[in-house]
Amino acid sequence: MNAPAAVIEVTPAVALAPDRAPLLSPFGWAAVAVALTVIVVVVPVMALVVPPGSPFALSAYGLTLVGKILCYALCAVALDLVWGYCGILSLGHGLFFALGGYAMGMYLMRQIGRDGVYQSDLPDFMVFLDWKALPWFWQGSDSFLWAVGMALLVPGLLAFVFGWFAFRSRVKGVYLSIITQALTYAAMLLFFRNDTGFGGNNGFTDFKRILGFPIAAIETRVVLFVLTGLALVGGFLACRAIVQSKLGRVVTAVRDAESRVMFLGYDPLPYKLFVWTFSAVLCGLAGALYVPQVGIINPSEMAPSNSIEMVIWVAIGGRGTLVGPIVGAAIVNGAKSVFTAAFAEYWLFFLGALFVAVTLFLPKGVVGTLIAWRGKARESAP
Amino acid sequence: MSRLAPRIVAIAFAIVAMPAFAALVAGDLKPLADEAATEKLAAIDHLVGSGDPRAAAILKALKDDALAVTPQGEFVITEGDGHLDAITGAKATVDAATLESISINNRIRGRIDGALAAFDLLAPDRAVRAKAITALEQSRNPELTKLIDAAALAETDAELKSRLGLLQAGPRLASDDRATRLEAITQLGASENPATRLLLLPFVEKAADGSFREPDAELRGAAERAIRSIDAAQRKGELAGAVFTGLSLGSVLLLAALGLAITYGLMGVINMAHGEFLMVGAYATFVVQNLFRRYLPDAVDWYLAAALPVAFACAFALGVVLERTVVRFLYGRPLETLLATYGVSLLIIQATRTIFGAQNVEVANPSWLSGGIQVLPNLLLPWNRIAIIAFALAVVALVWAVLNMTRLGLFVRAVTQNRAMAGCVGVRTSRVDTMAFGLGAGVAGLGGVALSQVGNVGPDLGQAYIVDSFMAVVLGGVGQLAGTVVGSFGLGIVNKFLEPFTGAVLAKIAVLVLIVLFIQRRPQGLFALKGRAAEA
Repeated sequence: MNAPAAVIEVTPAVALAPDRAPLLSPFGWAAVAVALTVIVVVVPVMALVVPPGSPFALSAYGLTLVGKILCYALCAVALDLVWGYCGILSLGHGLFFALGGYAMGMYLMRQIGRDGVYQSDLPDFMVFLDWKALPWFWQGSDSFLWAVGMALLVPGLLAFVFGWFAFRSRVKGVYLSIITQALTYAAMLLFFRNDTGFGGNNGFTDFKRILGFPIAAIETRVVLFVLTGLALVGGFLACRAIVQSKLGRVVTAVRDAESRVMFLGYDPLPYKLFVWTFSAVLCGLAGALYVPQVGIINPSEMAPSNSIEMVIWVAIGGRGTLVGPIVGAAIVNGAKSVFTAAFAEYWLFFLGALFVAVTLFLPKGVVGTLIAWRGKARESAP
Repeated sequence: MSRLAPRIVAIAFAIVAMPAFAALVAGDLKPLADEAATEKLAAIDHLVGSGDPRAAAILKALKDDALAVTPQGEFVITEGDGHLDAITGAKATVDAATLESISINNRIRGRIDGALAAFDLLAPDRAVRAKAITALEQSRNPELTKLIDAAALAETDAELKSRLGLLQAGPRLASDDRATRLEAITQLGASENPATRLLLLPFVEKAADGSFREPDAELRGAAERAIRSIDAAQRKGELAGAVFTGLSLGSVLLLAALGLAITYGLMGVINMAHGEFLMVGAYATFVVQNLFRRYLPDAVDWYLAAALPVAFACAFALGVVLERTVVRFLYGRPLETLLATYGVSLLIIQATRTIFGAQNVEVANPSWLSGGIQVLPNLLLPWNRIAIIAFALAVVALVWAVLNMTRLGLFVRAVTQNRAMAGCVGVRTSRVDTMAFGLGAGVAGLGGVALSQVGNVGPDLGQAYIVDSFMAVVLGGVGQLAGTVVGSFGLGIVNKFLEPFTGAVLAKIAVLVLIVLFIQRRPQGLFALKGRAAEA
């Protein structure tokens, strides 16, 4: 059919920016300050201080749900960095998320200690498989720092190697999407095996404590929630800094016309590789924060459908705007909580319809459409 | 009886030809009348060993309590009101009142059953003989050697004859005569039958003190050669098996990928709901099957023939609807197409769950597709797999013919090559798009019919094939049918060759890695965008 590749409209703020645009507008900074206040002060107070009966109290369930959505939002921001700004549609970001989760899960399994069902130093599933010692890749997993390091390093390394191979041979567009999907699918199959050494299809669960603190206690959960919120704000600011930088402008140019960027003397490989790897690291971080809050990690997190669901968060919020993915993750996951509680079987109908409707009627997403409206209003005002 | 006659003549001839065989005489039966069970057992073994065709009749009579002895020691078989002489089978006149019937206990009855089974070796029906041989191969009762010799001489079927030959060779391995043993070893080796490997192993094994169990070096050498040739034959069988299962997996992939080769390869539309067209085809098969069971139970074996057009029509219609309502508006935006069609696939899957339930449904193989042909001792080719390979090739031929020999195909190719110019000369391009998309979907529906015969039919059926079939299209080179055929079979065979070494999961992962590496080497082979189209 040889139709021209998708050309995404460049948002004027980026395209016409002077040498160095401010990281955020004053309004933006105010919003970040409000978000930080809510995360660090309001939510902990609602969860810890307000008596449970009060309408302002936040239950442990609500706290976990919001924390979970914040993790998803971080993933969505990371995905938007590569899709919205670099034009790489990854259908495998769930893999990086799950790998980060697994790294943290290994540490949490070790923290169970002898409190497991078999009262062994080894995690229960290894006792069940009749393993006598920890495999080599579990060495060091009793250290929290190691876990955090691995949660960032493993997804980053995998993304780097994969990206290097894929981008070097200029695999892009839908081919890349399908290969990333195959990648996460292959990883899922691998992790489903008991022999792989990560608990097979049950994965890791039944965590007891983190850094010595009981993991189910409301105080621990509040701390985890605050950390997640800070990670999201930090990730958002970092992505914002990247897309505002000169590097970010080259990345955007690669998205819009890779060939022209090459004709101008740039090699797109390092730019693509950098945002791709950084995005994977952010996803790994989100996974590492997700697992202690949710209390379980298993290979189904790597299912291709999970990764594609992440894409719809970005699409509905509005790709190419970093706020959009956060909004999108909140909308979709909020709707999911409501739907699965009220009429579970219609959830997939809703999700499927969402995919179709957003691509057909709302290609810029909610936030993108709002921005476009505002732009039009400004144009017509004077 | 008339069919039995020539066989009996043949056996009789065999018996005459073999001096070891003696016709039964009254003395052979005498121990049967003895009180002691051991005497009776010995007599039964002797009867079997004699190979005399009358022995079967006598044993059967004994089992049915129809064998009796006169005071003079003559054995007769009671049949209806009359009596037959046990040895000659001729009519005998005896006084029924003086007859003493011969009683047997359960142990003897069991022995008779075994012996009678062996006499099945002489049955006129080939299937019965084959069954008897199989039973003997498992039991290896040395008492029956003479009977086997007789049956081997009488056997006319080449395959059964060689199996009997092996049964003969087994006991000869233990013979005192060196030449007989050597001959038996060679015979077993030539058979290339893996079942005989165990018999040969003792010849090459070492005892605990390090010396060979078999002192004769020549025999040992012959046994080693024989084992080697058996192993080689087995490897050959495994290799052929891997190629065949690879071809069969490849043809499944091919059926899944063919529709994609049209919608994705030719039209450039990424259709993530393609797998769901397969699923629709499979469910159409299920519905047609149930309708046949309900209204045409006599013709139920032929429901597949009716399912083919139905499945094609259902998937075609769904494809046309999808193209007209969704895909049409997203041409030129592949990533959006991908997302929207993924949403459509969710809708179709959930709709299927709502209508048919989340469980797998049962689609039965028609009787003419069950079973298979035994090509080598360790290689069985099931009919449904053979049929699916043939069907896949037939569908390829059909699609090729449609694209290259029909007006629609001409238009599709024209629009693919130059949309604007095709429009200028009067081709209704949007209509061609719809038809081509429908055709791709319909072909997937046909694939679904085939998949329903080899795998589970459930709402998730399509999901399992989508990644693999995209890989097949991409690997083979976009935009050409031949590439898809090569890609599918290549993927299938490589997958099946890796499986024995790595296991199914690792094989799949290895194939994915290989594809990524292949992209490194031959990106052009992958994205067969030529000339000016290379970079849009």
